[in-house]
Amino acid sequence: MQSQEKKSYIVSKPYVISKKADSFFSSIYDAFLFIGRFFKEVFQRPFEFQEIVRQCYEIGYRSLPLISLTGFITGIVFTKQSRPSLVEFGAASWLPSLVAIAILRALAPLITALISAGRVGSSIGAELGSMRVTEQIDAMEVSAVNPFKFLVVSRIVATTVTIPILMLYCALVGMLGAFLNVSQNEETNFIAFWESAFDQITFLDVWSSVIKAIVFGFTIGVVGCYKGYYASKGTEGVGKAANSSVVLSMFLIFIEEVIIVQIANSIRGY
Amino acid sequence: MQKDKSYIDTSQAVIHIRDLYKSFGDLHVLRGVDLDVFKGENVVVLGRSGTGKSVLIKIISGLLLPDTGKVVVLDREVDTLDRKQLMELRLKIGFSFQNSALYDSMSIRENLEFPLVRHVKNLSRKEVNTAVEEVLESVGLEQTINQMPSELSGGQKKRIGIARTLILKPEIMLYDEPTAGLDPITSIEINELINEVQERYHTSSIIITHDLTCAKLTGDRIAMLFDGQFLRVGTFEEVFDTDEERVRNFYDYNFTE
Repeated sequence: MQSQEKKSYIVSKPYVISKKADSFFSSIYDAFLFIGRFFKEVFQRPFEFQEIVRQCYEIGYRSLPLISLTGFITGIVFTKQSRPSLVEFGAASWLPSLVAIAILRALAPLITALISAGRVGSSIGAELGSMRVTEQIDAMEVSAVNPFKFLVVSRIVATTVTIPILMLYCALVGMLGAFLNVSQNEETNFIAFWESAFDQITFLDVWSSVIKAIVFGFTIGVVGCYKGYYASKGTEGVGKAANSSVVLSMFLIFIEEVIIVQIANSIRGY
Repeated sequence: MQKDKSYIDTSQAVIHIRDLYKSFGDLHVLRGVDLDVFKGENVVVLGRSGTGKSVLIKIISGLLLPDTGKVVVLDREVDTLDRKQLMELRLKIGFSFQNSALYDSMSIRENLEFPLVRHVKNLSRKEVNTAVEEVLESVGLEQTINQMPSELSGGQKKRIGIARTLILKPEIMLYDEPTAGLDPITSIEINELINEVQERYHTSSIIITHDLTCAKLTGDRIAMLFDGQFLRVGTFEEVFDTDEERVRNFYDYNFTE
């Protein structure tokens, strides 16, 4: 009797709103369950330290060349673009402060997050997606290893830890680019530039950027892992997992950016 | 060659399945499956593609939940176990996947060590190496230890997949299409390996296949799955000594092809 009841439920499952809307809300629900499971398992033994370190190396160290190049060029270009307007108002001496504020508050977190969403998010989505469709995740499960802990928790921890570090590095390299440009046009030295640059930087600027980068890193890790871990439909599913990891991460990063800036500004009293 | 069946204990069922149902949406895959697998026995589940053979072993290993029915593995009802209990049970079950499912970012050594170092505590490096070399020797692939999975042939991957399960010395082996996609000679080698595993480790196995040669060479009993139910269960001769049209068609098609 019980079996018949269960079977009929499966056959004639009605949609609450519509097929698409139900699927949308159920995927949001699944995503929250996924995040909940992460927080439950991240503090439980055994800790996969070796895998976390390996992922930090993959995500952090291997992103350095791209972050260096992008951060450096952004520093130069932003300084070049800002100079004419400041010179026009006779405020060229404000250039280091302006660049420092712009890079630390906005450009470095955003650039690092967007590059990481592209490079790291897609790689996590594709790797886990490929492991899912080739049954490697099932193989871990049946060998009594917790694949969520080994694959998902380690990657989310690694993105959450390394992206703030990459962000600070990006800001530093961006400032070096800015110094290069400033030193070509003004008579200044390294120490004077840095003193002037950090003159207007507050503790809140640094912390809001670090917190922003932590949120971005967590988002990239969660989205990449979620899309990859639940990939289906063979190689097509792997491609979709990689692609949607990038698109969704970037979308969420922009929304989070707006929210965090709003909060930081209200703390500053603007 | 006649198989030694002396270690089969028909008084002790290690897998006991009753009235098992499983559906995916409107698709009813398993519709009242009953099966007993005895200690030390190789049972081959035969059937056409898409008849739910793989679903059956995924339910046995707890990868899928049944809709209804009873699945008892080593005296434990699988769908009532909590995660910790399921993990403990899985240590006693080896699962060889259709596409081997080797971890492609790890070398063969790392693939084999992976379950071992996580489940057997306080092993020295030397003991781990010995265990890895031992299982590699049992599948005849000692020379591949430092290679990556992408460097191996299909048959070698299957062997390594089996070796990875053997390293935890399972009591039950589940083989999902062990000879699919392999040439006839490699298929026979894999069939021989399945029998060697049974003789050496005294495992009880379910072998999912649609390959009659594999079924004949490895199965102590055959269970033919049609339309979500077992149509016939018995020795190879008992199953195919029939005028039942679907069974005859399956037999004729396999050997004609």
